[in-house]
Amino acid sequence: MDIAEYLSIIQQLAGGMLATLFIFVLTLVFSMPLGLLVAFGRMSKWAPFAFLLPEDKFQEKGLRKWIGNFKPIQFLAKVYISILRGTPLMLQLLVVYFAPYYIFGVTLSKSYRFMAVLIGFSVNYAAYFAEIYRSGIESIPVGQYEAASVLGYNKYQTFFKIVFPQMVKRILPPVTNEIITLVKDTAMAFVLNYTEMFTLAKQIAAAKTTIIPLFIAGVFYFIFNWVVAYVMERVEKSLSYYR
Amino acid sequence: MKVLEINHCNKKFGDNEVLKDISLSVSEGQVVSIIGPSGSGKSTLLRCATLLETMDGGDLIYLGNHATKADGTGKSIYSDDNKLREIKKHFGLVFQNFNLFPHYSVMRNITEPPILIGKRPKDEVYAEARELLAKMGLSDKEDAYPHQLSGGQQQRVSIARALAMKPEILFFDEPTSALDPELTGEILKVIKDLAAEHMTMVIVTHEMSFARDVSNHIIFMDGGVIVEEGAPEEVINNPKQERTKAFLGRFQQ
Ligand SMILES: Nc1ncnc2c1ncn2[C@@H]1O[C@H](COP(=O)(O)OP(=O)(O)OP(=O)(O)O)[C@@H](O)[C@H]1O
Ligand SMILES: [Mg+2]
Repeated sequence: MDIAEYLSIIQQLAGGMLATLFIFVLTLVFSMPLGLLVAFGRMSKWAPFAFLLPEDKFQEKGLRKWIGNFKPIQFLAKVYISILRGTPLMLQLLVVYFAPYYIFGVTLSKSYRFMAVLIGFSVNYAAYFAEIYRSGIESIPVGQYEAASVLGYNKYQTFFKIVFPQMVKRILPPVTNEIITLVKDTAMAFVLNYTEMFTLAKQIAAAKTTIIPLFIAGVFYFIFNWVVAYVMERVEKSLSYYR
Repeated sequence: MKVLEINHCNKKFGDNEVLKDISLSVSEGQVVSIIGPSGSGKSTLLRCATLLETMDGGDLIYLGNHATKADGTGKSIYSDDNKLREIKKHFGLVFQNFNLFPHYSVMRNITEPPILIGKRPKDEVYAEARELLAKMGLSDKEDAYPHQLSGGQQQRVSIARALAMKPEILFFDEPTSALDPELTGEILKVIKDLAAEHMTMVIVTHEMSFARDVSNHIIFMDGGVIVEEGAPEEVINNPKQERTKAFLGRFQQ
């Protein structure tokens, strides 16, 4: 292979990189807020059948206790999280892509491929982010809530002014991990034949019977993640003014 | 005018009756100290009064406004959230471990609540916050963050934060017990200065001589009941009840 060929491979992969970046950014845009909703659900204490419990809750046992303490929103969030964490992402992508056809008989246009990739990634990452948020929120000392309550903050003011900013600082390290994993996971879009960088690298490698494209793709991923790590480090630094 | 009235307060945690038929009232300008052994229910009483815990039975009244009203059977019925939020404007609470907001500067800790919750004009709130900080001897700490301050300084900021809301009554739950012994003096002095200005206060404390010097009324609690109460010299120097004598005796050793 000559220089021109290398350059052409790099150029094609850079194009694929754009698709990768696209999945990456949109997945974060959707999964991060969705994860917060799931986290709220996971922490929901709403128990519609609590009226079944007698005054002295500590005494009750058995089925009535179970139903009385049943928290439907929390339950749904737990099911969501355990399914999405408990099955392979690749399988989830296939399900999202093929389910409309095999289950509902709907034929979707070709552009649904991209949608499916995006939905699959977002829904999966939301489950992981939800648990990270929850750990962050639950690590805020109860004294912060009590101070806010006595000063007259309502639930929303307490969350957005007091809890959320402190949560963000605490969860940055695990969120960075998750984001770096996402960069690498974007390669899984190949199962739906969506041509992001990895799919492209494989195609070129097969056509030209060389592993050079795969090697170059690796370098691209590495640089991408190096930038992610650098940015996240800066964000952490910018929040280091308090403890 | 009674700033605070608690009538027949009962509170249980499961089977554990922590407060049994507690009644007390605090008039304007009065300083009441609550003393008693560990586990006697002092903090729980303060937490009920500041709406951090719900009481099971009895009334809680601030300046004639009912936060809870006992129904026919004595069970506490709480007012709606809007009314409770209004009532919260009447009191402030200083915690044992300060509970400052770590992500806010000293200035923001003090100014955000009056601006956000009290809906008061910014420049007025800032001017008052500077005065409060000067009074606490912390004028140079406006822009510091809580972790950069000593425990005593943090506690003074938290007192300033409570005062900035202009409460009619201020509660303290062992304000010095998280501090190194050499730092307790500065906090006790701030509270004494407030007493001299006739701030209405209820103070839970283990500092007996301080309680005697600063308060007009002392309440001794044990096992969830008020065992003895009265003028400070009476209760501290000349207790009538055996349990009070035993408690104070243990303290002097
Ligand atoms: N959230 C809670 N759940 C269950 N029991 C509690 C709770 N808070 C307090 N108690 C119990 O209530 C009783 C009174 O506790 P409280 O904290 O009011 O005592 P205290 O007089 O403030 O003691 P100290 O001087 O140690 O601070 C104790 O037996 C305690 O175990
Ligand atoms: Mg206590």
